[in-house]
Amino acid sequence: MAIAPEVPKERHALGLPMKRKEDPRLIQGRGRFVDDIVLPNMLYMALVHSPYPHARIVKIDKTAALAVPGVKAVLTAEDLAGAGLAWIPTFHGYDKQMVLAVGKVLYQYQEVAGVIATSREAAHDAAELVDVEYEPLDPVVDPFISKTDKTILRDDRENKTNHIYHWEVGHRAETDAALASSEVHIKERVVFQRCHPAPLEPCGVIADMNPATGRLTMYLTSQAPHAHRTVVSLVTGIPEDKIHIISPDLGGGFGNKVPVYPGYVVATVASVVLGVPVKWIETRTENLTTTGFARDYHMDVEIGATKAGKITALKVATVADHGAFDAAADPTKYPAGLFGIVTGSYDFPTAFTELDAYFTNKAPGGVAYRCSFRVTEASFAIERGMELLARELKMDPADLRMLNFVKKEQFPYPSPLGFIYDSGDYHLTLQKALDTVEYKALRQEQAEKRARGELMGIGISTFTEAVGAGPSKHFDIMGIKMFDSAEIRIHPTGSGIVRAGTKSQGQGHETTWAQIVAEELGLDPQNLLVEEGDTDTAPYGLGTYASRSTPVAGAALAMAARRVREKAHKIAAHVLEVADADIEWKDYKFQVKGVPEKSITMKEIAFAAYTNPVPGSEAGLEAVYYYDPPNLTFPHGAYIAVVDVDKETGETHVRRFLAVDDCGTVINPMIVEGQIHGGLTEGFAIAFMQEIIYDESGNNLNTNFTDYLVPTALETPSWETGSTCTPSPHHPIGAKGVGESPNVGSPAAFVNAVMDALSPLGITHIDMPLSRSKVWTAIQAAKK
Amino acid sequence: MKINVTVNGTPYERDVEPRTLLAYFLREQLGLTGTHVGCDSSSCGVCVVVLDGKQAVKSCTMFAVMADGHEITTVEGMAKGGKLHPLQQAFWDTHGLQCGYCTPGMMLTASVLLEHNPNPSEHEIREAIAGNLCRCTGYNNIVKAVQQAAAEMSAQPEPVAS
Repeated sequence: MAIAPEVPKERHALGLPMKRKEDPRLIQGRGRFVDDIVLPNMLYMALVHSPYPHARIVKIDKTAALAVPGVKAVLTAEDLAGAGLAWIPTFHGYDKQMVLAVGKVLYQYQEVAGVIATSREAAHDAAELVDVEYEPLDPVVDPFISKTDKTILRDDRENKTNHIYHWEVGHRAETDAALASSEVHIKERVVFQRCHPAPLEPCGVIADMNPATGRLTMYLTSQAPHAHRTVVSLVTGIPEDKIHIISPDLGGGFGNKVPVYPGYVVATVASVVLGVPVKWIETRTENLTTTGFARDYHMDVEIGATKAGKITALKVATVADHGAFDAAADPTKYPAGLFGIVTGSYDFPTAFTELDAYFTNKAPGGVAYRCSFRVTEASFAIERGMELLARELKMDPADLRMLNFVKKEQFPYPSPLGFIYDSGDYHLTLQKALDTVEYKALRQEQAEKRARGELMGIGISTFTEAVGAGPSKHFDIMGIKMFDSAEIRIHPTGSGIVRAGTKSQGQGHETTWAQIVAEELGLDPQNLLVEEGDTDTAPYGLGTYASRSTPVAGAALAMAARRVREKAHKIAAHVLEVADADIEWKDYKFQVKGVPEKSITMKEIAFAAYTNPVPGSEAGLEAVYYYDPPNLTFPHGAYIAVVDVDKETGETHVRRFLAVDDCGTVINPMIVEGQIHGGLTEGFAIAFMQEIIYDESGNNLNTNFTDYLVPTALETPSWETGSTCTPSPHHPIGAKGVGESPNVGSPAAFVNAVMDALSPLGITHIDMPLSRSKVWTAIQAAKK
Repeated sequence: MKINVTVNGTPYERDVEPRTLLAYFLREQLGLTGTHVGCDSSSCGVCVVVLDGKQAVKSCTMFAVMADGHEITTVEGMAKGGKLHPLQQAFWDTHGLQCGYCTPGMMLTASVLLEHNPNPSEHEIREAIAGNLCRCTGYNNIVKAVQQAAAEMSAQPEPVAS
């Protein structure tokens, strides 16, 4: 079915800054998060973690733990093996991971045992007393050492190598030839460090297997409740109808709450064994050390160009550190996610990218931290590369971008790495950003400061994202196609319930989904209740991550609403006693063509649907729609950072940051702006302070918020935003998704700004995070 | 140990284990789950409550027994007489929250700031809430919310002493 965006001039609900419907409960302490839920006879679980990054397990002695008052069970891999759950498949199906350590541990803090007791305190006390004897092995923490295969980490695998996979896309020979013959050429290793989404609410579960009904209820911190239900069924063999997943209010997710973690599985087994509910809430240390790391890509970026600055080729070769298991949460056919977006907003005649992934003795993960499957790494690589090229050419980085952007008349644009970009106007967006910050005046100020020996930098990032996975012909997770669905039921009095397979973690779906449906039906969004997160009631969907909710579920909602409208059309004709063809949907009601005074509102139609149904057709007013997107959507933006660097201390100060975003049609500008503020803050954190560091012995050095930094209100810049709008041509309301753009686009703007500030010293690149000490060290080295 | 503590105006007498943290006492014994736990190391501030009407404290680093004889205000005690506290209203009006997990602690910290400094500058607001982390909003709208509440509260007539 062909879909053209419908964008009415005067809007009823769409595009309005409606205050959020979820807020009243959250501001009054009446939210309901997993840890807020208490069930009768509930037990608590604590996990035992390995102090070693790589060791054989010689013996596990449970005696002392079991003697602690209140302890009901201590589970180890042996106990799970009985249920066939010692190992579980990872999300995209290429690898498997231990639930509790089987024979050996492969990273520090790996889960070794689960202790279940009548109180949180007793469980933690007893976990300390589980006596595990280890025989330490040499750890491998560097993927470039792992690559040599001197120590094989995964002896459970058939192939005795640490190499997990090779992936490539594009034109190798053509790209190499173009690079070799380029007049100008840059090459740089750009590392996107290991970091962590760290939502303020950690992950957790209450697993409640009811022995009388055989039904498992899981209250789960889940960004994808239906996917989790299916995975739990496939892994445990429990029929899917006997699994009920409830994802209540979530205190942020950012990708952390996509995978299935050992704690969930052990709590479930414990509930099955003990016949009562078992709660496991991870500590912050568990969160940072075991669940859901992101990035860890070492990218060699090469760009060729003419002397005039016209780009000729791009090559990016990446070494990816996946940790102990390949648990990256990417669609099955995309082991490196959507990294192919690495040509960015630029019209490269040819390009090639390849990636090799390796095991190391680090925590598994590779989640998309506020990112559409590796788009953030790719954007960082190309935006740093373009900056380095501008420097090599002694060209203004804005001019270089303008010269090489894909032009708006080139859309739909087939990229050399296989995407079809749907729409965009990169020149317009960058120009708007340049005008807003008064770019020329900034460069003038910079020149004056440089003359005085002060370090000021201006950094630009003009990214293109690929979001909204995805079209079922390409995208699946463990075989489940990545479409989404929506269900709308309109009640007789004109209010209704709207359900989707997505799950908000702060994005405000209860408001924006109501706005989409209200716009399509002319109903009051305040009286459309939005429900998500309960697999018993919500229709199937793949969840909320990778900026896919609006592109996929948002489209399903609009299409379901149009289905309701089709039925309403017939009811309207019946009530108005005219032929179907004689009425039209106009100004948010059905009117007899040419007789605007003869009309009927959706509210009146809803009442008629239950009181005066069309003879010979079904009563009621509801619809379900499963939406399979024809393509991804491609939001873009132009970001400009202005920083001052203190030459003596290495301190950086972001004094200005402007984000001009084009996310297509905006559903709620207040929420979009909030998403951008939040994403920029996460990008700022990554650029300047966040890294999960392992020392050479494999010790995780960032196990809490005093070592893994989240920016406070004091450091965080005051954000400026702007927008352009090129609606997606294939999305029913033209929306593209926005949640991740600021996190994808901003790190490069920050780093480019700092490198621009440091350019008088001849410094070209420093890897993130740009901490004071790193910047100071680079300045000192440059002075020598 | 037996403790007497007044929470949101209601006096409670309870037996607690000496090691019970105030956050868990409020959440698990009194059922006041608006006080959250996020970091276990006093870094994030989602557990902030107000002690004796004048001090924002991190209830995950305070034992329940230390609250003996004191008054605690939690987010559940902010709205009065069916009317939202000006900070609650302002957080809602200005989109000062997204996931809502930090919001109770953030508002309570801000309430103490406004108690001491009814007309804070942006920098003073940012300084006051620097012990409360937010992963969603980037703080812009939180600052706006506190400014709106400050304006609202200083515009209200002083209560007449009776």
